[in-house]
This record gives sequence, C-alpha cells and structure tokens, in this order.
Amino acid sequence: MALLKRLARHELPPISFTLNGTVCTGRVGDTVLTAILTQADQLRLSDFSGSPRAGFCQMGACQDCWVMTSDGERIRACSTALEPGMNLRTFAEQRS
Amino acid sequence: MSNAVRPLIVGAGPAGIRAAQALVEAGLKPIVVDEAASGGGQIYRQRLAPDKRTPRDLYGSEASKATALHETFARIRDKIEYFPQTLVWNVRGTSADVAIDGRTRRLDFSHLILATGATDRIVPFHGWTIPGVFTLGGAQIALKSQGCAIGEQVVFLGSGPLLYLVAWQYVKAGARVAAVLDTAPFSAKLNLLRGLPSQPGVVLRGMRYVAELMARGIPVHFGVEPDRIEGEARVEGIVWRERGKERRLACDAVGYGFALRSETQLADLAGCRFVFDERDRAWRPERDMAGRTSVSGVYIAGDGAGIAGADAAELAGERASLALLEDAGYAVNRERVAVLERGLAGIQRFRDILEIAFPFPDKWAASVADDVLLCRCEEISVGQARAAMREQEVRELNRLKALTRVGMGRCQGRICACAAAEILADVHGQPLEAAGRLRAQPPIKPIPLGIAADGEAA
Repeated sequence: MALLKRLARHELPPISFTLNGTVCTGRVGDTVLTAILTQADQLRLSDFSGSPRAGFCQMGACQDCWVMTSDGERIRACSTALEPGMNLRTFAEQRS
Repeated sequence: MSNAVRPLIVGAGPAGIRAAQALVEAGLKPIVVDEAASGGGQIYRQRLAPDKRTPRDLYGSEASKATALHETFARIRDKIEYFPQTLVWNVRGTSADVAIDGRTRRLDFSHLILATGATDRIVPFHGWTIPGVFTLGGAQIALKSQGCAIGEQVVFLGSGPLLYLVAWQYVKAGARVAAVLDTAPFSAKLNLLRGLPSQPGVVLRGMRYVAELMARGIPVHFGVEPDRIEGEARVEGIVWRERGKERRLACDAVGYGFALRSETQLADLAGCRFVFDERDRAWRPERDMAGRTSVSGVYIAGDGAGIAGADAAELAGERASLALLEDAGYAVNRERVAVLERGLAGIQRFRDILEIAFPFPDKWAASVADDVLLCRCEEISVGQARAAMREQEVRELNRLKALTRVGMGRCQGRICACAAAEILADVHGQPLEAAGRLRAQPPIKPIPLGIAADGEAA
C-alpha cells in the first residue's frame, strides 16, 4: 500500500533502492520520505507505544520521519535525497 | 571596513535572500547558512531535480515572486559564502556552531541576521499521529517539491489562509479533495472585505480559491469542531461536529494546521529578549521596525520574528540588512528605508484583519479529551499534562517539560508547545503569556551522535 500518490514528475529517471529487503524504484528528485511512502504506508514505529508513523511536517521540524539504514544510521526522511542503492528499514525501532 | 564586517544570515527564504542581496549590493560578502539544498525557503521551495512543471504550476499567483527571488539568489551566489544543507545548531556570542556533511564547525561572525521562518501551528486531536495525517505545510511541500498528493481522498482542516490555498493547489494539480473543514464560522470571513482597499490582490485571490473549490463541488464546511481522525495503520475517515451535529466523512489523508508559529530557538540562544505577541498567541524576539533585537549586532526578519508572510519577509530582510549597514557605519538610502517601512506597516495592519478572518480555535483547549496525545515524540497525553498542572501546580512550560516530558522529545516542543501553553492557560484560567516559552537547548535539532565533540576547527 502507498500513502502518497504521484501526480507529477513521472518522467524523471528511476532510482533503485532497497526497502525492508525488497528492491524498489523511486525517482530522481525524490526525498527518502517520498520514495518510501509511494510504496508503503509507514516510516517507523513510535518510540513508546510502537504505533505507526509516517512523518508529519515534511520540513525538518517535527522529527517524526526518521528511518534506519541497514548499517544502523538514522536519517531524516523528509530532508534526505534518495540515492541509488540506499538500503532502508521501516521496521520496529523501539527505544531500549 | 568590510574586512571586519562579516555578517552571518541564517535561512535562505524570502527574508534571508533579500537580506543577503542588500549586503552584497553594499559590497559585503555575507555568509548564508540554510538547511535546504537550494534557496527559496518553505514557501518558494525548489525541487531537488527539475521536472516538466512550470513556476506557474508550482507557485500559482506567486510564480513571478518566486522566480525573481530564485534568480536573485543565483545572481549573488558567487558573492556570498553559501552553506546549503547546513544546520546552525548553536549560537554562542559571535560564533555559530554548524553541522555540515556530518561534521561540525564554527563560523565566526560580526553581525547575525536570523531569518529562520516558521512552521505550522498545530493543536492535537484524536488520530493526529496516524499515517496520512500531515500539516498543511507538509501537504503543500509534498505537492510542490515532490509532485505527490498526501492521499487519494484528502480532507483539509484548520484555520488560516494556507487552508484554502493548499486545497486549491491540490485541486489544480489533479488531486481529489474530499472536503475543506474550516474551524472558523463563515461570518469571520466577511472581515476580509475590510482588507479590500489595502490588499485587494490578496483578498480577491482568497475569494477566488473558495469560489473555485465550491464551483467544483468540493464541500466547504464552516464552524467545524474536529473530533477525531479514524483509522490505525492509515487514515480511514474524519469525524467533526457542526452546529451541534456529528458528521463523518471517509477519507485517506488529512492535511491540517492553524496558521503558523515562529522558529525562535536561535534568537533565544543569541540572548535576545522576548515579548509576548497577542496576535500570534506566542512569545517572540523583541525587535524594532528595522529588525534590531535587544542584542547589539543581532537582527531578525521574516516569519521567525512574528508571523507576517512572504511579502513582508522580503521587505523585512532588506530592512534588517540596511539597519546592519547603518549600525556598521555605512551610508544607507533613507528613501528606501521609508518605502520598506511603509510596506511593512501596511502588511501588519492587514495581518490584524487576517487574524480575525482566520481565528485560532480558542475553544479547543477546554474541549480536547484527556486521552488525546499532546506530545507525539514522548507520547504524553493531554490528561497526563492536565494532571501535572492540577496536582503539582504546574503553571509554566519548562516546569511542565521537567515533570511530564512534554516538549522534551526530538522536536523540542516545535509541535506541542503551542498546544501545551493553551492547555495551561485553560486549566489555570491564566493568560496565555503566563505559560512562558520553552528555553532553547543546543543542538536546536537532532544532530548525529558524537558530532558535537568533533573539534572546533573552522
């Protein structure tokens, strides 16, 4: 399921990335948030109740859209450009 | 003289770009630091990669302003020291700590112009954290920058000029808007007619948005009291009360907001005195008509200095730079100063009218249920906050944060502090200003662990 619906930018070249182990395709000029939410409907689980989250402000203020890369790095999806070969995870990320 | 004058401008939106231009024209080489990859700010945000859409598609009636601003920034690009994708995370005296490419460095400055802008002002209600719920600004960025709608059946909700603008932009772009839910009564909008003589373009454009939405059969409801957004994994519908009756509408996305709130953390760290702004319902840095703060050499312009919009931001950015130049001993054009100040005063008068036409939902704080999440980072409910206020006599935001963690999470209160202050005022029957404001803490946004310790080499 996808949360966001593309209305424009269909013509831009595709970029391959991996989301939770599956190879997916985004577009040049996508943020990580857009690339994920045009394929899936969440970015992470909240720290305490584990409820699904998918960002909120899209301008780097709310800090709700942090996702993990496969090597454990945390990136803010709304303000990070999608790059070829990115390996992203939106699984549980409970604070220990 | 110019060797000693090394101004730092934080933010490359309308205020920051016009400020930089004025300094460049005076022969200075300002440093410009901005979090985005390219200039324009949020309102005139540029795409990460060009696509087939024209400036008219992206910025509508404001296309010429957006294009002029982007062209100005491109023209002065090699006359400034520009740090895109860079966060100023602290200000100490005459130096700023910035995070750039995963490293931190120190930038020394002689003068500081803060043009840090604003974000949506939010109040929570049931379901506001469900995937598919975004701020109005977020919904607009999804469309402008990313060419995406936030859903297939979108409801826009709230109060403020952005409500109708974003709904209209979605419709123009081919998205399906299920409804526009305005928390203010229709009668409030009639006040806009008072702005017709001074700002006819703005008023008529606003009326056109509403008329075009209605002409396309999009339901526009006034006097809406939002109750809840339904769904778990994603949005399924929205429920509200209208003239005492409960209404429900199926939808898969909600964009909402209640005007804007200023980003003021850096002004706080720079030591600026704050005043309470009744119209913005918030504390903001004290400043004179030119943008001088209480701290010598520190200036503030644009929505970060109090909400006045993009046109005012362009004027205020230039005005702040002229003040800086004057204070640094340069001759400035008095006629230009007068033009800028007249323009700003006119917009300020119009802002008073806008505030009446798009009022804040002041019944929200008394009516919001205890089990609604107040702080989405730390997941603290309205009820938990109210209990601390009542049982532990909490009357002020920093105390509330210490006792309940409201405002202590990753957003550092950007999303929840306005709502928490409204609840404090309601619970204690105290004026809004008595809630105070959250003290800014460096780093003002999360930066990668360890980066702060990574040397000071500038």
